[in-house]
Amino acid sequence: MRVARLAAIGTAGGLFSGLFGVGGGTVMVPLLLLWMGYEARAAAATSLGAIVLTAAFAAATQGLYGNVDVLAGVLVGIPAIGGVLLGTWLQQRVHSDTIAFAFAALLVVAAVQLVIA
Amino acid sequence: MDGDLLLAAVIGVFAGIASGLLGIGGGILFVPALTLVLGLGQVEAQATSLLAIVPVALVGSWNQRRYGNLRIRDAGVIGLLSIGGAVVGVALANVLPERALRIGFALLMLNLARQLVLRGRRDRRARLAA
Repeated sequence: MRVARLAAIGTAGGLFSGLFGVGGGTVMVPLLLLWMGYEARAAAATSLGAIVLTAAFAAATQGLYGNVDVLAGVLVGIPAIGGVLLGTWLQQRVHSDTIAFAFAALLVVAAVQLVIA
Repeated sequence: MDGDLLLAAVIGVFAGIASGLLGIGGGILFVPALTLVLGLGQVEAQATSLLAIVPVALVGSWNQRRYGNLRIRDAGVIGLLSIGGAVVGVALANVLPERALRIGFALLMLNLARQLVLRGRRDRRARLAA
């Protein structure tokens, strides 16, 4: 039963990851919280761990299609490594609803741009 | 052009922060940076985002392991069982029209925004009650 739930979470996360080029965390984190009774930090951490495998295989598959731009990936990916260290550090200390609201606003603006661009 | 490179790198930093804070890969910001700022097509941006996610998720989960938050066995099971879905998703992304992917991606962003607003309101209530 437990493994079946983990399998369902993995399959849903994997589909979103491959289809949209994301890690699938927006699907996996809520499911870990709701189905598995995870606490928020454990859900975020475990989702990230799963994403390593998900994104690696999805990226390799996209590579076979010839769609990966390695240079552009390095350009956004390397600064993001510094960001993720800062983000996990902040997560242990900040309890911030302000961060949640700021990111929500950023996402809405970018979503609108993506559709009208 | 140099300004665009800088902007893309700065968005990369924010993608990393979002990744660490929320437990996501950061693709939700990588993809718009790659399409809107660097001018990649939607599918190429998604593919490139997946590559950028790998080191970010690796470093982030490594760091979370030090904090004692990572349940590595569950993460391994979910990750291994996600591979089938991921391969199917990539195949779909390569046959669907670009426009459909963009609209789907925008909906994914709005859904995360909704989750964040709900979470932020809950956190704020808890903070004010404490």
